[in-house]
Amino acid sequence: MLTVNGLKKHFPIRGGLFNRRTGSVRAVDDVSFVVLKGETLGIVGESGCGKSTLARLLMHLIPKDAGELVFDGEGVDEARGLTLRELRRNMQMVFQDSYSSLNPRLPVEDSIAYGPKVHGMPRAEAKKVARDLLEKVGLKPELFGSRYPHELSGGQKQRVNVARALALNPRMLILDEAVSALDKSIEAQVLNQLRYLKRHFNLTYVFISHDLNVVQYISDRVLVMYLGQVVEIGPVDSIYARAKHPYTKALFSSRLSMDPDDRVDEAPLTGDPPNPINPPSGCRFRTRCPLAEDVCAAKMPAIGTWIDRSSHLAACHMEDASSGHSRAGRAPDAAMPSHAIAAAVNP
Amino acid sequence: MTLQLTTSGADLQVPPAPPRPLVEVKDLTVKFVSREATVQAVNGVSFEMAPGEVLCIIGESGSGKSVTMRALMRLLPKRRAVLGGSMRVADYDIRSLSERQLTEVRGSTISMIFQEPMTALDPVYTVGDQIAETVVRHEGCSHNAGVARALELLQVVKVPSPERRLKAYPHELSGGLRQRAMIAIALSCRPSLLLADEPTTALDATVQIQVLILLRKLQKEFGMGVIFVTHDLGVAAQIADKVAVMYAGRIVEYGNVRDVLTRPRHPYTLGMLASTIHGGQSRDTEIETIPGNPPDMRRLPPGCSFAPRCRYADQACTAAVPPATAIVPGRLTCCIKAGHLTRAVPQSEIA
Repeated sequence: MLTVNGLKKHFPIRGGLFNRRTGSVRAVDDVSFVVLKGETLGIVGESGCGKSTLARLLMHLIPKDAGELVFDGEGVDEARGLTLRELRRNMQMVFQDSYSSLNPRLPVEDSIAYGPKVHGMPRAEAKKVARDLLEKVGLKPELFGSRYPHELSGGQKQRVNVARALALNPRMLILDEAVSALDKSIEAQVLNQLRYLKRHFNLTYVFISHDLNVVQYISDRVLVMYLGQVVEIGPVDSIYARAKHPYTKALFSSRLSMDPDDRVDEAPLTGDPPNPINPPSGCRFRTRCPLAEDVCAAKMPAIGTWIDRSSHLAACHMEDASSGHSRAGRAPDAAMPSHAIAAAVNP
Repeated sequence: MTLQLTTSGADLQVPPAPPRPLVEVKDLTVKFVSREATVQAVNGVSFEMAPGEVLCIIGESGSGKSVTMRALMRLLPKRRAVLGGSMRVADYDIRSLSERQLTEVRGSTISMIFQEPMTALDPVYTVGDQIAETVVRHEGCSHNAGVARALELLQVVKVPSPERRLKAYPHELSGGLRQRAMIAIALSCRPSLLLADEPTTALDATVQIQVLILLRKLQKEFGMGVIFVTHDLGVAAQIADKVAVMYAGRIVEYGNVRDVLTRPRHPYTLGMLASTIHGGQSRDTEIETIPGNPPDMRRLPPGCSFAPRCRYADQACTAAVPPATAIVPGRLTCCIKAGHLTRAVPQSEIA
């Protein structure tokens, strides 16, 4: 449905004399993946890894520096391709902050109807669409339609945001931490609603979150990002059961168990992610990776070739038999015992 | 005389009486009064905490958990917040302390760490100066001695290359290091009570676990009591001895962490556990949810605040606020239906 190829976004840092460009934040650096029709692709990673920049690039909310986007066979924003207007009719986004993404001076009904009106729908019809959608997201239109955003709770506002995103009848929704700001009991309500809407409207989701449990629950496939790059991508069960990349393994073992008897005594990783302004050479995870060798600093690991929806790929030299890493080609479990991920070097 | 002897003899038989609780909060109420409305943020919270214990207060946003913490530290705005009830920490009656006494108590007896270290640290002073300032203020030593102590403290909280970090400004540090620096300030005068208000919520998963392990280790080393506020049941499972679940400004359930998380006895705790997604949850089934929304704190429903969302509720629940009842010693629940709860989730799915 959506093919992303070599997408890049470097934010310039200016300073010094004449405000020259002194460096850049490599927020998204050469990212390629596909989103399949009707699936939910989960994107996980720590803060600053470029998840949200990626979402904004997909929506064309910020211009990209390099790379191409193909939506349903048509290039986006190029000659004879899909125009931005058409793209945004087909692809919509829900943001984390439910309040700041609604116009505080419009009743929510009008906020939802705004998009269709801009795209040429008669006023009365747009209003009807808005009311239907409110019903669909579980808010009674006669009760909530004329309210203003400040009169709604966080969960209700996020439902309105989902309705607003659906008003143009899009085929794809990008959910950028859409449930992260909600309380657990409300988060569960909205997640159930999202699953229902996906079935009902035949939607494709790109679900961005830092909550690994939520991503596991809602996704069909998962993409793991680290410092602006894709480190691992694959079907959800395969990734959660047999993670290949040392970063993914560490991330998963940082999940907190709900069992008080199962307490972690040793953190799987030390230190924080390095600065994306000057990412480490070669593999970007090597500064925190306990299994890093010389080859990891020398060259960047390739992620391999994507074949079909069951492909499980990781950008790690240990996955590539010809890389020269001493653990290359070994069975994944032997390569990375979970307790060995303790003594990593600090940046 | 004989009578006295027998009593003292009997006293020798029984195990030594438990030490006086470090914290005693009785019937704490906090109301925020403004011209438009009165928000009843905390509605009669009572608990006790032994020295060296870790108490986790769990609750959703607006449940009054942070307000309770701030009340303990007397950080609430004086004009707007109307307090009731009593609070005692160590030998201090918190509500009757003068401003001068407060500055003594804060830092040396009670310390607090916050969710967002960037706003809690002063951006124009180096981390070393900020730690040293606290030490100098409370121990009256020289600035140099304070800086030496700051270096020690940064080593205690496991900041890598502490000499360099001493001279760093808060914005030069990563989120994890900032939170460690804040813990260093909080611990600089060896408080007997540390209040931690969601200290790991803003951190990434791989950093959160590091800070949790550090806090647990320091708590044991310093032997201090910790009240840890969180909305994350996983965090509570990692760090707590005791757990208090708050809803609409009241503690609805209290007990050992294991008991509360594996055998909840309040419908709200049950529902919260069921609606929290855990690893390995079946993708084919819907998540169990608590219907409805948390109550409006300006207009609390009569009786049990959870009754409008509760599947077990009947008329008796809305008649009066259910009292805290001890099911077994040390285990409290505020639910008149506690005996009739059926499990919302099978035992196997809890872990």
